Amino acid sequence: MKSQIKIGSIFFSIFKYVMLIGAAVMSLLPVAVCVFTAFKSTEEYNTTSVLDVPKEFHFENFAVAFKQANMLQGFINTAIVLVVVLTCSVLISAMLAYVLNRFRFRGSGLIQNLFMFASLIPGIATQVTVYQIMFSLGLINHLYGYIIVLMGTDIISIYIFLQFFENLPVSLDESAIMDGCTYFGVFFKILFPLLKPAIVTSVVLKGVNVYNEYYMSNLYLQSKELRTISTALYAFTGPYGNQYNYICAGVLMTIVPIFILFLIFQRQIYGGMAAGAVKG
Amino acid sequence: MKKPASAVPAKKRSFMEFMKRREGQRGLVIVLFMAIPLLLLAVFTYIPFLKMVQFSFFDMKYIGDRTFVGLQNYIDVFKRDDIFGALFVSVYYMGGAVVQLALALFFASLMVFKVKGDAFFKGAMFFPYLICGIAVGFIFKFFYARGFVLDSLLQLLGMEMEDIPMWLQDQRINNISLAATSVWRYTGQNMILFLGAMMSVDSDLYEAASLDGANKWHQFRYIILPSIKSIVVLNLILSISGSLSAFEPPYVITNGTMGTGTYFVIMNRLAHENQKVGLACAMAIVLLAIIILCTVAQKLFFKYVFDDGTADESKAAVRRRKMEEKAAKKAAKSGAMAQSSVSGKGGQK
Repeated sequence: MKSQIKIGSIFFSIFKYVMLIGAAVMSLLPVAVCVFTAFKSTEEYNTTSVLDVPKEFHFENFAVAFKQANMLQGFINTAIVLVVVLTCSVLISAMLAYVLNRFRFRGSGLIQNLFMFASLIPGIATQVTVYQIMFSLGLINHLYGYIIVLMGTDIISIYIFLQFFENLPVSLDESAIMDGCTYFGVFFKILFPLLKPAIVTSVVLKGVNVYNEYYMSNLYLQSKELRTISTALYAFTGPYGNQYNYICAGVLMTIVPIFILFLIFQRQIYGGMAAGAVKG
Repeated sequence: MKKPASAVPAKKRSFMEFMKRREGQRGLVIVLFMAIPLLLLAVFTYIPFLKMVQFSFFDMKYIGDRTFVGLQNYIDVFKRDDIFGALFVSVYYMGGAVVQLALALFFASLMVFKVKGDAFFKGAMFFPYLICGIAVGFIFKFFYARGFVLDSLLQLLGMEMEDIPMWLQDQRINNISLAATSVWRYTGQNMILFLGAMMSVDSDLYEAASLDGANKWHQFRYIILPSIKSIVVLNLILSISGSLSAFEPPYVITNGTMGTGTYFVIMNRLAHENQKVGLACAMAIVLLAIIILCTVAQKLFFKYVFDDGTADESKAAVRRRKMEEKAAKKAAKSGAMAQSSVSGKGGQK
């Protein structure tokens, strides 16, 4: 009986690792081929099979892609958008979560439900009319317009903060108020510093979303010098048709920052995924 | 109590004043802290939503005259082949979503047991989720292009070039190819979610079970599955609405040509290229209606079929437990309670 179980568990182990290695290969292969291709010279790209590892590493594709797609401008714009959006949306969401979690007042349930329902509406669907509103507010083709739209669609952060507040004891607030602290003081001096893990989570998640956002950027930032990194990348569709060594170089350049971020913040990202998914 | 509190001279009147000030402050905080998010929510979600309902009854462009056409736009949504066909294209993505959830569940259950190098496996599978949709599009345009990555791989495995279909041009399979990119992108993320839920189960339970001679299947069936039911349901709902709103793969890889136009690709084209705003709005409303219907239907389905079916408790016990949970939740509206009741569920068995 016991040896039977043992043989079974050995088989299970083998099965497990074969499956996992297979999955890892499937996940990494498309990206890996892209890495190979990005480092090939045009000549090598034209003559060798795409699966071949480059003989020597060429960096000129990156230079060409970087210049042609104007990626520097894209990175700068994206960086500006990221800093402003993340700062504002952390503050806004934390404040909202504080009010919704700590105060019961008429309509607080309704407001929470309004945010819940908003998360059901797929973002792209409403853009038809948001575009019209943006147009009449004169927000199209301005970086600040794009920033404002991105702040408006921030339901994940609100959930993360709401959940975090639920685990912060109310006695913290009460004792601070006993000591003569105002509600503002309670929020900014006592609670906000304690929110740090939630802030990291929401910044990382929101940051990834903003960095990767394409649709609205394409819609609201039409002039060339306002392109963000994803719209800059999309510009490869036209001129480079089949020159995938340039395209792959461009793709890799957009992936690298995210990859570094991922290596540093792995734990927070995984944690944030779970927190964002369990919506109350 | 370090500072002498202002309420210490406890005269009745000054105390009332103090309370008043608190009340006033409370109102001020509520109004100030909620003003911006509510304004944003109104301007970018609910006003557009209402306008969408309004516009859907008009034949209009962004600028210029509009004519009231009644339900004509809605009739068009179901009559026009390009739009109605797009709904069928979503079926491929739904199939993809089911495959993706199944794979995620499978790998998460493998990872829940001790795995060497689990950080690597997790990272490798999860990372595609972080890549931007446009980059994913390019990666797979390259991957599927005739004679490139996938074809070379299949040739390595001994397939002849003539037997390999055109992944993106052949109308019988191109939607499957595109849906597969979504599976590639989201499986790891789903897996991380499931794994998180599974890990929240007390690990002693696994040990106890395996000491009792339970095999891996039993462990999965009686320990893991019950612990992740709710998150699986949630993800099914999310992935259905996600597959209805698939946009980036067809947009970048095929630009919606050759029968790969998903609902959003068509809607995007109608709204921003053809400027048929009214029709696009009607499409958005129809989509939203479908998503809400799916959400409700799934919730009901799982409530009556799945949820009670797999639990080891009798239905009456489930009902009783739910009542208790509800009562507990009402008593203390704090998340700590909700969490303890989740872990309590595992402990009861």
